[in-house]
Amino acid sequence: MTVLNVNGKQHEVNADPRTPLLYVLRNDLALNAAKFGCGLGQCGACTVLVDHNPVFSCVTPIAALEGRYIRTVEDLGTVDKPGPVQRAFIEEQAAQCGYCIPGMMMRAQALLEKNAAPSDTQIREALEPNLCRCGTQMRILRAVHRAAKLMTVELQGPLREAQK
Amino acid sequence: MFGRILLGLALAVAIAIGALVAWQWRGELPPSTASAHSFDPGIVAKGAQLAAIGDCAGCHTTSGGKSYAGGFPVETPFGIIYGPNITPDRDTGIGTWSEEAFRRAMREGVARDGTHLYPAFPYDHFTKLTDGDISALYAFLMTRDPAMRTNRTPQLAFPLNSRIFAASWQLLFLDKGPYRSDPSQSADWNRGAYLVEGLGHCGACHTPRNKLGAEEKHQRFAGGEGENWNAPPLNATSPAPVPWTADQLFAYLKYGFTDQHGFAAGPMQLVSTNLSKAPNADVRAIATYIAAFAGPRDTAGRQRQTDAALAFAQQRALTVNELSRATTGAAPANGASPGGTLFAGACATCHRSGGGLPVSRPVALALSTPVNASRPDNLLRIVLNGIHPPPGRRGPIMPGFSGALTDPQLFALVDYVRTHYSRGPAWANVAAALADVRRKQTPTTEAP
Repeated sequence: MTVLNVNGKQHEVNADPRTPLLYVLRNDLALNAAKFGCGLGQCGACTVLVDHNPVFSCVTPIAALEGRYIRTVEDLGTVDKPGPVQRAFIEEQAAQCGYCIPGMMMRAQALLEKNAAPSDTQIREALEPNLCRCGTQMRILRAVHRAAKLMTVELQGPLREAQK
Repeated sequence: MFGRILLGLALAVAIAIGALVAWQWRGELPPSTASAHSFDPGIVAKGAQLAAIGDCAGCHTTSGGKSYAGGFPVETPFGIIYGPNITPDRDTGIGTWSEEAFRRAMREGVARDGTHLYPAFPYDHFTKLTDGDISALYAFLMTRDPAMRTNRTPQLAFPLNSRIFAASWQLLFLDKGPYRSDPSQSADWNRGAYLVEGLGHCGACHTPRNKLGAEEKHQRFAGGEGENWNAPPLNATSPAPVPWTADQLFAYLKYGFTDQHGFAAGPMQLVSTNLSKAPNADVRAIATYIAAFAGPRDTAGRQRQTDAALAFAQQRALTVNELSRATTGAAPANGASPGGTLFAGACATCHRSGGGLPVSRPVALALSTPVNASRPDNLLRIVLNGIHPPPGRRGPIMPGFSGALTDPQLFALVDYVRTHYSRGPAWANVAAALADVRRKQTPTTEAP
């Protein structure tokens, strides 16, 4: 039995500890945002956050994850109330087939939590491990810039409240 | 009385320094006015191949910078030295250097203005070059695009930042003179020796250095350090389970991969990328010369070691069955270690018998040099950061696991890999090595 903290909820998982997280997320926990792309840690469609760092969930066994903080796209927002990264990707229409986008969003989220206003170069470097076959890279770049602004605006609200 | 002794000592030191300065003094050479049109295209092309063999761009180009415009931080135990701009820009590069000035820098380690250069510039190797090769390199560099980029001052502590120390170093360690061929060896071997000991400067990383940063000549290719990686020994103490042969070295240097050793990683990626542009005969000669140092001397001994290593690798290869248990959720094998569990879930997808990527096949780990090395540093570095082809080039990708694994997990994994895939003793100092690897991988990027 492995206990996993996914998106702030504790899950008791009855799977071989060698099982990569991706299969547990999709098959056991019905969290289907992370995608199976290559299964070899080459494409990034399965990217989730572990302790704030982006990792390939297809090559990360759950044995490595007990007691650690796992986040998936499901944690970024909901259909009714999408988070800033999700809103930015929608507003820029950054998806074509959309298969790579959950991984892109998680990697963007990790970047923006460390760097509130990344440069074009920094975004390109951060997202480099994730592949997109459709060719929406330029839109993805714009979406990450937009997400940075949305996050800053979201933070400014409470700041103004506090200043009053 | 003491005052007099001190005065006498001070005087003696002053005289010694004066003598040293006089001995080592090199004047400024007049600026040149050569133009790109005065070079034969054939010579320039030859220079391009030589520059590739010498990996000049490695230290004279910074990441994202213009080729040969300098800025790459060369980290030494004494401080950081930045590869200077060697494009023909007249203000910030070597545009005012005559061929004579260039030759003097290569042979004696002295800049056109008479400044003594630090031995991070491997003139202790380049001094062996023929006139013709130096001319070709000069022609090649002088026909590059001039790039305006001011050189950065080395970050060296006092008193090392005084150039007189470079002059003293040269007095002690610079053995000037061209390569002398060994008539008892083949032409191929001699060509290899000329390239390896001269332009290729392989020993700059693969030979240990003494406290003053000079190569220990009596320990040639006993292993050293380069760009924060361990440069493994290339001599009889090489940790490669299968002794290197000239054929395997040729494939590794030319294509960056051999089935009995694996992929070029770290600084060797750039070396093999460069050598892919060099003439086959030269790469073959380099391989012939280096192979003569590696492994047991006698043919029978080499064959025994090769057979034993290949048999061990086959015995230790994980099968598909072992992997499928991991993905189907069946119970783990009894006694599975924490490291073995992590390996099955994180590594075995690719590093199993018959496993692989769509475009490449990872080497059997039992044949890998980092797994069999005396220190865990290179393996840690690869597990943390993965392997990625140089920017804009294709090649195998191994993902890094720095975000996925905690330190205790990393120790368990590395311990499993060492125990399962190597007949060498367990590594004792993995935690210290990890701290060292982390400290060194903080990138020393150039100030904007």
